Amino acid sequence: MTGSESNVASTGRRPLVELRDVDKHFGALHVLRSVDLTVGEGEVVVVIGPSGSGKSTLCRTINRLETIDSGRITLDGRELPAEGKELAKLRADVGMVFQSFNLFAHKTVRDNVTLGPVKARGKSAAEARKKADELLERVGVANQADKYPAQLSGGQQQRVAIARALAMEPKVMLFDEPTSALDPEMINEVLDVMISLAKSGMTMIVVTHEMGFARRAADRVVFMADGQILEDAEPEQFFTAPRHERSKDFLSKILTH
Amino acid sequence: MEFLTEHFDDFVNGFFRSLSIALWGAVGSLLLGTLLAVFRVSPIPVLQGFGAAYVTLVRNTPLTVLLFGMAFGVPGLGINASFYLFGVVTLILYTAAFVCEAIRSGIATVPIGQAEAARAIGLTFGQSLGLVILPQAMRSVVPPVGSVIIAMIKNSAVVGAAGVGSDLFSVYKRMTSALGYAPLPVLTAVAVAFLIMTLSTGALLALAERRMAVAR
Ligand SMILES: Nc1ncnc2c1ncn2[C@@H]1O[C@H](COP(=O)(O)OP(=O)(O)OP(=O)(O)O)[C@@H](O)[C@H]1O
Ligand SMILES: [Mg+2]
Repeated sequence: MTGSESNVASTGRRPLVELRDVDKHFGALHVLRSVDLTVGEGEVVVVIGPSGSGKSTLCRTINRLETIDSGRITLDGRELPAEGKELAKLRADVGMVFQSFNLFAHKTVRDNVTLGPVKARGKSAAEARKKADELLERVGVANQADKYPAQLSGGQQQRVAIARALAMEPKVMLFDEPTSALDPEMINEVLDVMISLAKSGMTMIVVTHEMGFARRAADRVVFMADGQILEDAEPEQFFTAPRHERSKDFLSKILTH
Repeated sequence: MEFLTEHFDDFVNGFFRSLSIALWGAVGSLLLGTLLAVFRVSPIPVLQGFGAAYVTLVRNTPLTVLLFGMAFGVPGLGINASFYLFGVVTLILYTAAFVCEAIRSGIATVPIGQAEAARAIGLTFGQSLGLVILPQAMRSVVPPVGSVIIAMIKNSAVVGAAGVGSDLFSVYKRMTSALGYAPLPVLTAVAVAFLIMTLSTGALLALAERRMAVAR
């Protein structure tokens, strides 16, 4: 992909996440086809594309929840370790927010946020708790800290999930359709948190179909179809003058709804 | 009922002997069974294979065969131990296979997203299992593991029959053959003693289940 290369070069950012010639199959299904992607430090990249195009898989390969068949993925210049303690350490540096929140159901909101820092980073309980309360405040759910996830609305749960990921002080945050499981009235409260996170300089890779978010917060939009990155452009350019036929087709479908 | 008044001490001793077989059996098989379940869900193929082979072999062998195998086979290896120890160890080895499967079925009820979230915040496999998966699996594991433990308490009578000595079943044998009491009343007393053990286990399990249901 020459698009991503040129963009990073033009913005002069230090590359933080790099995928080179990444291929991945699920059995006979070729889900990622020679994917190249570079995400610079502080950059916000939105990934969009039709269902089944490999967006989630792409996201998940970056913290190795999904292994790849060939190619290279590096985080901050280091190739992803294969397994074990090293991999766990790497994952601690990559925050991930899931479509279905995946908060730990048997732990309170606060304990959800402190678990990683205490167990994976070795922070003291007091220090982790202080940080957790700050983060819960920041995402607007400080008054829910002692509740269990099931007692919260979807929007609140997703904001807790963002706080849980941020508590690890990650170098990059991955979001896989963070608002698509939410009722419409809760989408904005989550997007607002994400927008302010983007403004604060966090490096983010966001799979989403929320055009508003892409326009307001993204530096680049990456369009995927059939496991390939077909277009990699600035949001305005992508939404107003998409270059690829598939992008045009896809945009016309989601914009008419 | 004169056997009860005249040999009450024997009965009480037999009861505590059987109780100790059951207790050690429960503790041992819960620990070993959990370890085997961890093996079976671990990402390491050798451990997975060992766990699967163990369960298949032990679960499909009759307890009596296992008991005799231990009793005749192990001393041949130059290991000498009391019948009591053999009995308890065999009971543990046997029951652990069932505990393992009950725990594994509980692990399967925990949504996959929980494990992914645990890994995503940088927890190791052991931490994910111990801090996130098992605590949630336990809720659905209590009833099936409870059944396994109650079955084990009853199986401890089989271990007694194989000659552990001075447990309830040995008391029964001595009363009816050497001392010549009528079998039925003695058997009834033994049954009541076992009921005390199994019913109180059942009550403990119900309590555990209720507490687990609240704690979430
Ligand atoms: N674990 C898996 N095993 C087999 N096939 C899978 C697996 N995960 C995903 N797939 C398949 O791989 C393809 C890409 O899936 P992926 O989830 O990455 O797509 P996506 O772009 O995120 O789609 P959506 O918009 O529906 O979330 C799909 O055809 C999907 O069915
Ligand atoms: Mg997806």
